[in-house]
Amino acid sequence: MAKIKGAVVVNKDRCKGCQLCVVACPANVLAMSKQVNAKGYNYAIMANEDACVGCASCGIVCPDGCISVYKTKID
Amino acid sequence: MSEEVKLMKGNEAIAHAAIRCGCDGYFGYPITPQSEVMETLMEVEPWKTTGMVVLQAESEVSSINMVYGGAATGKKVMTSSSSPGVSLMQEGISYLAGAELPALIVNVMRGGPGLGTIQPSQSDYFQTTKGGGHGDYRLIALAPASVQEMADFVGLAFDLAFKYRNPAIILADGVIGQMMEKVVLPDFKPRRTDEEVEKQCPWAATGRKMSRKNNIITSLELKPEVMEQNNLRFQAKYKQIEENEVRYEEILCDDAEYLLVAFGCSARICQKACEIARAEGIKLGLLRPITLWPFPTKAIAGYANKVKAMLSVELNAGQMVEDVRLAVNGKVPVEHYGRLGGIVFTPDEIVNAVKTKLM
Amino acid sequence: MALEDIIKPENLVYKKPDIMNDNPMHYCPGCSHGVVHKLVAEVIEEMGLVEDTIGVTPVGCAVFAYNYIDIDWEEAAHGRAPALATAIKRLRPNKLVFTYQGDGDLAAIGTAETIHACNRGESIAIIFINNGIYGMTGGQMAPTTIEGMKTATCPYGRDYKLNGYPLKITNQLKDLDGIRYVTRQSVQTAAAVRKAKKAIRKAFENCMDGKGGASVVEVVSTCSSGWKLSPEKANKWMEENMFPEYPLGDLIDKDANK
Repeated sequence: MAKIKGAVVVNKDRCKGCQLCVVACPANVLAMSKQVNAKGYNYAIMANEDACVGCASCGIVCPDGCISVYKTKID
Repeated sequence: MSEEVKLMKGNEAIAHAAIRCGCDGYFGYPITPQSEVMETLMEVEPWKTTGMVVLQAESEVSSINMVYGGAATGKKVMTSSSSPGVSLMQEGISYLAGAELPALIVNVMRGGPGLGTIQPSQSDYFQTTKGGGHGDYRLIALAPASVQEMADFVGLAFDLAFKYRNPAIILADGVIGQMMEKVVLPDFKPRRTDEEVEKQCPWAATGRKMSRKNNIITSLELKPEVMEQNNLRFQAKYKQIEENEVRYEEILCDDAEYLLVAFGCSARICQKACEIARAEGIKLGLLRPITLWPFPTKAIAGYANKVKAMLSVELNAGQMVEDVRLAVNGKVPVEHYGRLGGIVFTPDEIVNAVKTKLM
Repeated sequence: MALEDIIKPENLVYKKPDIMNDNPMHYCPGCSHGVVHKLVAEVIEEMGLVEDTIGVTPVGCAVFAYNYIDIDWEEAAHGRAPALATAIKRLRPNKLVFTYQGDGDLAAIGTAETIHACNRGESIAIIFINNGIYGMTGGQMAPTTIEGMKTATCPYGRDYKLNGYPLKITNQLKDLDGIRYVTRQSVQTAAAVRKAKKAIRKAFENCMDGKGGASVVEVVSTCSSGWKLSPEKANKWMEENMFPEYPLGDLIDKDANK
């Protein structure tokens, strides 16, 4: 059975740490970094990579356009 | 082809001249004594011939902001109003100056302050030449003294506005707007095509071509260092306008011992006053500023070495007289004579004022 | 499967639109403006109108929208955006002309311009961000501030007796003959964002088909700084308090049953 695998790339310099992507993710993939970026914000990271299905909810709700989403099928 | 001489009001001449000089849009709101401008446009329906847009806005605030919107796209746009309406427009005029946009505003002045009167006045001289709106800016101000000049100055004002990317104003008054005179209207000039507009105004917001950076029309700049540079650029432009665009008329000035300084309808009356005075042996001349800004400072300073005294004759409580005094810089006495509240002086009154105030 | 095997150009399913540039936005973390900016940019790109759009920014937080979307822009005086848009559209009828305004700009100082532009049936789109507060000036009461809501100029909560009632201006706009489409949307979830995008697309399409009529897309939004809530809590507060006052959905769509 084909399985969907997704990945999220966060532009960490642009991220303001609003966490709306974390809330929007239906698979609890995202979390906030312990580190801060140049502006002092904790930024979104993939904490649970395996769970991502590439639904793009995180990117869609991101106010700062920090998130790119990738998706592929694996057999 | 022989020139066609027509008889019409100054306000009507503004409208016909606008259509003929290739104006793209007029946005206005009715107010006495200039309502004939829009009435004439609506009657002629230029959108059927030249494609000129004419729109009655919901307020003067809206009409000046329509002008601001249209000017930002590089189009030749104008509005007209009278004093209380022009007060409402001051914010938009400041934005036009701040965003460096060409546009034409026509003020057919009436007496104030407040709702005042619908009779003629020249009491918006300060508002026109000293700012009116907020910030350090200048308007190119033309003061017509005849219906012919009402017609001629529309094209001239647009030319200057586009040359310097700065709003221009025709400062007329209720007399010039309402009186009928013969006039030869300017020749028809087609409206510029969109391609011509883009070529003439590469700065305009016309829809971003991918071959260029996007154009942003704004007067906003939060960085003080940049905003200071913007202002210095404006000031350099204003200096250039002061050097190149001063216009005035000298009447019976060659041998004058006393000089009247007057603009608009006052200058017409002063011309007659000069004739009456000369019949009585008083060598009276008239200097008529055509541009109120830039002001003919140098010309007036020159006369300060030739005449015994000057009289600034205005339909107000003494506004232009301040600029005359600055030009004269104390060399000879400068007095003011004015009538207020919509009263227009007679030539005899002016001759009498010369005798009592200057001699 | 390793991440690097997934992160390949051919697998890209979502990114910010190309005309949204890399300038860091001045908006506070979690601000709805960013999402709506993105939608505007996406729709312009998808409609192929990058070269044929002129946007008008307001005075308020969105004054700098022109710094983020690479189209031609004009920055209006406070409240006057619909007057600018009127002239731009009439002088350049084949362009997409839209305004982007906040609640203070559109429903307080610019009420006259808004109503008259809509009533004339100008072929423009108005994107209206309603977060019930003045963000840019530091969180003062807006015409749309709801009862009891605390702001810098109603620190004990909006009181109808003192401040009047929240102005549900789109409810009035929908009844104007010049109106073609009025809708109220939000952008707090992915599903809501998708719906809001469809609404913006519809409004922009209305501007370009030559049929005339004004389109208004109200987006009930958050202002987490002004509301003094985290972005997540602001969304929740909006759902619980703003939505009952400003229910979502189309208020009128004159093309719906044609």
